[in-house]
Amino acid sequence: MKHLFTAMSLPAEERKPAAVGKLVTMFRPDHKFERGEGESELVVENLNVHIKQQHILKEISLTIPDKKITCIIGPSGCGKSTLLKTFNRLIDSVEGVRVSGRVLLNGEDIVGSGGAEIINLRRKMGLISQKPCPLPMSIFDNVAYGCRVHGIRNRRKLRMIVRHYLEAAGLWEEVKERLNTPAARLSIGQQQRLCLARSLAVEPHFILADEATSALDPISSKTIEELFIALKQHYSIVMVTHTLRQALRVADHVVFMYLGQVIEAGPADQVFNNPTNKLTQKYLSGIFS
Amino acid sequence: MKLKFAEERLFKILMMGATLTVLAFVGSIIYSILSKGWSAMSWDMILKVPGGGFYVGKEGGFLNAIVGSIYVVGASALLGLLISIPVVFYLNIYLRRESRLAYVARIAYDVLFGIPSIVYGAFGFTIMIYFGLKTSLLGGIIVITLLIIPIFIRSMDEVARQFPREILDATYSLGATRLETIRVVLRQIAPGIATATLLSVGRAIGDAAGVMFTAGYTDSIPTSLSQPAATLPLAVFFQLSSPIKEVQDRAYAAALVLTLIVLVLSILGRYVTNRFAKHKLK
Ligand SMILES: Nc1ncnc2c1ncn2[C@@H]1O[C@H](COP(=O)(O)OP(=O)(O)OP(=O)(O)O)[C@@H](O)[C@H]1O
Ligand SMILES: [Mg+2]
Repeated sequence: MKHLFTAMSLPAEERKPAAVGKLVTMFRPDHKFERGEGESELVVENLNVHIKQQHILKEISLTIPDKKITCIIGPSGCGKSTLLKTFNRLIDSVEGVRVSGRVLLNGEDIVGSGGAEIINLRRKMGLISQKPCPLPMSIFDNVAYGCRVHGIRNRRKLRMIVRHYLEAAGLWEEVKERLNTPAARLSIGQQQRLCLARSLAVEPHFILADEATSALDPISSKTIEELFIALKQHYSIVMVTHTLRQALRVADHVVFMYLGQVIEAGPADQVFNNPTNKLTQKYLSGIFS
Repeated sequence: MKLKFAEERLFKILMMGATLTVLAFVGSIIYSILSKGWSAMSWDMILKVPGGGFYVGKEGGFLNAIVGSIYVVGASALLGLLISIPVVFYLNIYLRRESRLAYVARIAYDVLFGIPSIVYGAFGFTIMIYFGLKTSLLGGIIVITLLIIPIFIRSMDEVARQFPREILDATYSLGATRLETIRVVLRQIAPGIATATLLSVGRAIGDAAGVMFTAGYTDSIPTSLSQPAATLPLAVFFQLSSPIKEVQDRAYAAALVLTLIVLVLSILGRYVTNRFAKHKLK
């Protein structure tokens, strides 16, 4: 445990390339892996989402492969955030919503589940929402909140977890002196990293990151990208991004959405280099032109 | 351009004028209470219960009313909070925005809010007669609780409705149940609860009509819920209606104590509010 922290508390410049890539450093020191191979695959079949009279997601069928980074790209308003919200059933709190079709998590349909299953599901699906939203409490309590909800009370253990994930999100150095000050006072970019740390701290199986780097400078974005690349050895990661270059850098799989439909989905290589659909070609031409 | 500046100045002066006028009102009220009540004020007034002949200007004080008021208001504020927090929580977290029940409930609370306290008093009185109860501390507490619940609910609901839904989504995303979000919601609306409590206590402690028939009036300090209890507003009321000058002045002394209690509570409330508001999201 000690060597982890010494590695992580080096000055930012020195630790970045070497330490971040080291997989073990990304999990909290007492982490135990219980999941076997292929356990966190997500299969979406004919998913339709209506809100009031609007048809928001239309006949979505796709597979989110296990332990890969899947990037969802597409113009604003095409339904990327809505899709992520159906994955953790946060869509339930939208008024007038109707969801049909199937979303299979390890073969089990999550669309029809209820009650305790939803709580469990949400914990597994680490959704990091598009708009960073710190909880009205201190920085420390923000990261510790999820752990406390899931029954971790021991103060020393909480301190360790909080430090660990703040380091992973690249925020520790900036906030270590003021862990007890209100999280609301952090800058937007800092809040974004705080929300990332908070989501990681409950150790989900999936990471659903909705533009998790949208408010960050290129260097901090790279830190997060490297973190995700390290994490994918154990997590399945879905990233929504508007930065095509970012998708190009990290994606194993790419899903291109347009007006509520999946236009093209497949391995990054194929989608980026040989897109079959005209719309995809047009959208992607933004990268290279 | 010059005209714009002149306009701005004019409005600034008007706004300042309005602010100062209101301050002057408060000042003159406090002045009149102080000038009339101070002469009658003494340690006896706040440390003794009425002796024989107190109401014709002889020895004693109105400790009975001070203690009675604190009992009634303290108990009803506590009861009121215990009842209204779940109501506000249910309306805002469990029911959907467009819920019919929430709509009807909010209208009902608004109506309750507007009902004058004498009606609550009369209602309480009728109920007490029906059950064969005499005027008592308990009766006063129940009626004052009923009186302040709508104030509690309305002012807390106002704050809770502005509660950012994203906070809920954020806690749900971490796997929290709705019950577990209470802690977070309470933190965010804590300043609202403090304000609501202040408003309610302010109204409750000054209310005479609600307690007149229900808590009654007595010269001794109640030792059980079934005994009648004196209250400060009634102490003011009864003494003010006396023809004797000394007794009238004592009414102002009682009013002074009432005002001071409200003042201390306000300052305390502000302090507590600011402390609670520390983590609040804007
Ligand atoms: N609560 C809601 N009520 C009504 N319409 C909604 C609601 N939420 C989303 N929508 C609609 O669903 C569509 C998809 O929205 P969504 O937020 O998923 O887009 P997005 O792809 O994430 O866009 P962006 O890149 O701008 O974040 C939009 O047309 C939006 O107006
Ligand atoms: Mg979005």
